[in-house]
Order: sequence, then structure tokens, then C-alpha cells
Amino acid sequence: MIHPDLLNLLFGVGAILVVASAVGYVLQRRLSPDGQNSAVENLNDRIRAWWVMAVLLAIAFIGGRAGVVLLFGFCSFAALREFVTLTNASRADHWSLVASFFVVLPFQYYLVWTDWYGLYSVFIPVYVFLLLPIVSVLRGETENYLVRVAEVQWALMICVFCASHVPALLNLDIPGFEGRNVFLIAFLIVVVQLSDVLQYVWGKLLGRHKIAPRLSPSKTVEGFAGGIASATLVGAGLWWMTPFTMLEAGLLALVITLSGFFGGLVMSAIKRDRGVKDWGNVIAGHGGFIDRLDSVVFSAPIFFHIVRYFWTVD
Amino acid sequence: MPPSPASNRLRRAAVPAFAFLVTLFARFVTAVRGVWIGNEPSDRQRVYFANHASHGDFLLVWIVLSPRLRRRTRPVAGADYWLKSPLRRFIGCDVFNAVLIDRNRETRTRDPIEIMREAVDEGSSLILFPEGTRNETKDALQPFKAGLYHLAASRPALELVPVWIENLNRVMPKGEFVPVPLICSVIFGPTIQVAEGEAADAFLERARAALLALKPVRNGSAA
Repeated sequence: MIHPDLLNLLFGVGAILVVASAVGYVLQRRLSPDGQNSAVENLNDRIRAWWVMAVLLAIAFIGGRAGVVLLFGFCSFAALREFVTLTNASRADHWSLVASFFVVLPFQYYLVWTDWYGLYSVFIPVYVFLLLPIVSVLRGETENYLVRVAEVQWALMICVFCASHVPALLNLDIPGFEGRNVFLIAFLIVVVQLSDVLQYVWGKLLGRHKIAPRLSPSKTVEGFAGGIASATLVGAGLWWMTPFTMLEAGLLALVITLSGFFGGLVMSAIKRDRGVKDWGNVIAGHGGFIDRLDSVVFSAPIFFHIVRYFWTVD
Repeated sequence: MPPSPASNRLRRAAVPAFAFLVTLFARFVTAVRGVWIGNEPSDRQRVYFANHASHGDFLLVWIVLSPRLRRRTRPVAGADYWLKSPLRRFIGCDVFNAVLIDRNRETRTRDPIEIMREAVDEGSSLILFPEGTRNETKDALQPFKAGLYHLAASRPALELVPVWIENLNRVMPKGEFVPVPLICSVIFGPTIQVAEGEAADAFLERARAALLALKPVRNGSAA
């Protein structure tokens, strides 16, 4: 049975996307009939990608626990594929990479699916951290050894461990909120995505002062402040679908948007280091999976642990 | 033993299904994209010449071409490898319709250039690996064999398209049998042709340089 609040949310998101598509269409007819205005084309690519994201999430939500775990497992796979592509991993790391993709990733999501908190919260940070370098060292290749194992561990922490905290939100036992945990995921993703968009919009409208010129030249102080503030307000306005009061929802939205923003900066720094503009080319208008997931990935574990500490009973 | 008509029919039915599965698997592992720099997909008859580091190289080039172009594009491959087992023969001959050449100078009965020319005269485009064998050295590209020159010189209308296959060597290094998923790209460069009176060595060096020029420059190597 689909929860009425979920239906409301889906209709709400659908309505916003219909409006966005209509605006994109009008802009395209007016300003870019032959595809010459790259900002408009980029906007329309983004709107199309949001449709895909919204539809996939809706299917996953309706599919319940298995749907959500599978969807984020697949996102982790695609993100890890992008991340490892840019690392120094060498031939000697072949088996540790094979293990990362085909053992560590499925096992982490299996643990989340079976709700084994005691293991999924330490599996990658402790066991994989210690065991994978052993797999690599057995080949006897010492060139760049520390760099190589550190990169693989980082890739797994970001793309698998952190990302798996989105479906892990389904495991939280919040009194009076039983069966509605999927709204925690919806809250997190809506706030993060809106914060990204609103930062972009505020930056385009008012942006004057660059906030991190060497990392991300398009980000401005005005975009940052406007985007964070407005996404926080929207987050507070979504309190009705969460176990939080309006004030709590606003504070959590603030934490989510801030960690998302700084997560974006961290991932930009890695891209600059590796001399690429986007993580991949899989999603038209959005670059790769990591380009869309970076802020979600950074905020998910923090959101998860705050909610777990203050709202659950164990 | 000649195969029975029934097994022939079965084999023909299996071809599209197998091609679909192989393509799906390759996309799952590599998310491969075609990148065209100073060139565009075209119906004109072409020889795509590419770097060779893995048995899957021709597959990636084939995947990023449109289905229409795929039908008339045949990989040139070593008969010694692709005739070794029934499965390889099925993949090489039935699925990808490879132009098989014998790489062993001592034992071969037909000149590889002649076989390639024959395929070209039938209207096919070719995927060719002018290094001759898979590159297992530390160099980005081995010296080219002369076949590309002889083929191009005798069929001057052919367009020669350099194709750089990026990353596939890291997906499945030599001696491994489980692939690591990594993003691969197939980069097509501007067409080249043999110039009037150009010597073989000069042309092969120019073709090799044209291919090397497509290799992406990556920062961030810790070395």
C-alpha cells in the first residue's frame, strides 16, 4: 500500500518537474531554437536528468526496501567505476579492485538490507581497510603503494560506504514513524538537490564574489548564502513528512546543505587534481554519477547518525 | 565434419542474442563512449586503425559505431587465436564476421594484405590493429607493421581513421580473467591518407603519430 504522504510527495515533485519542463521548453523556443544557447541547453539536459532520477526514485520507493537498496547499490557501482578510473591503481591492484566491485560493494549493501548495523558501520572502515592492502601487497609491487591503497580505500569510503547510508536510513527505528522511513530518504535527497539548484540559481542571479576560485570558479558567496538559506527554509517546510518539528527539520536541512556544499568542494578538488571537468559522461547535462551524488554522499552518513542518535530507540 | 542444417540455423539464431549480451556486458563494465575529434561517423568506406592492448579492443570500437555502420565493419584478427576453439570461432566468425589472417609468415598460404583487400573490395570497412599483436610493453604504442601502408596504397579511396582505445588495458590486464569495471572511451581522430609518392616508413610513422596524438593526457600520476 502506498502511503498517502508518499503520493503527495510524488505528485508535488511531478508538478515541480512539469513546471520546470514547461519553462525549459519556452526558454528553448525563445532563446535557443537551434540549440545555440548553451545555458538553456544545459538547463534542459538537467531537467531531463531530474525526470529520470525522480522516476527511478519513485519506482524504488514503491518497490520498498529491496528497490531502494538495489537502486543505491547500482549508483554505488557506477560511482565506484568512475572513481577508480581516475586513480593510479595498477596491475598489481587487479584483485583488490575486483574484490572492491564484486565482493565489498554487494556485501555492504547486503548488510544494509539485512539491517546488521554492527557490521555495516565498520565493515569498510575497519575490515576492508585492513584486508585490501594485503591483497595488493601480495603482488610485491611497491611503486606508489601507499598512494594506490589509499585511493582504493577512499573510493570505497565515498562511493560505497557513504552512499550506502542513504538506504540505511530505512533501518532507523523511530517511535511513531514506523513504516515511513522512506520519507527520510526523500527529505535528504530533495533538500540536497534543491540546495544544488538554488545555489546555481542564486549564483546566476546575484553572484559577484567567488567563494572558492581555485576549486570551483562558478560558485559564489551569494549563491552559497542564498542557496543554503532557501534550501534550509524549504527543508523546514517539509517537516510534515518527517519525524521532526519544523525547527528541527530546518536545522537538519542546514546541516545537510552545508555538508553537501563542502562535499562538492572536496570532490571538485579531486577532479582538478586529476585534470578532468566531470567524473564521467553517463548522464547528459550532469557529467557522471558522482557529479550528481557528491553532495548526497557527504551528507548521508552525517544525517543518518544525527537522526540515529537523537531520534531512535535501541 | 560439416555442421548439420539444424545446427546452422541454431547458430544463426544465437548470433543476435549473443551480440546483444556481449554488448550489454561490455557497456556494464566499461560504460564506453565514442568521442569524435575532427571527424564524424560516415558511410564512406573506412579503415579504423587502433591501438591494441586487449582481446576486447575491436568490440569497443564496434559498439560505439551505429548499428548501420557495424553491419559493414569487420575486424581484422589473427586466425591462430580466433580459430582455436569452437566458441572463439563462433564469436570471431559468426558474431563479428572477422577477416581472419594468418600471422605466421612461415606457414601461411595467403598474403594477409590480399585477404584484407578482398574484404575491402566487397565493400566492407575494416577495424585494424597495425601493431600486429597486443601491446604488452610499457610504451603507449608499438611500431606499426607495414600492412596498413600496403592496403592503403593499393586502395587509395579508403579513408584511414585513427582510433585510440583508452583504458581497456586496465580493465583486463594480460593474464587476468575477471574484468575490473572502469570507464573506457574510444576516440576517433581526423582521417589520414597516403600522400602521393610517400614511402612506407614515413607514412607509418605519420599514422602512428596521428594515433598517439589522440591519447588523452592525464594528470595526477603520483610518479
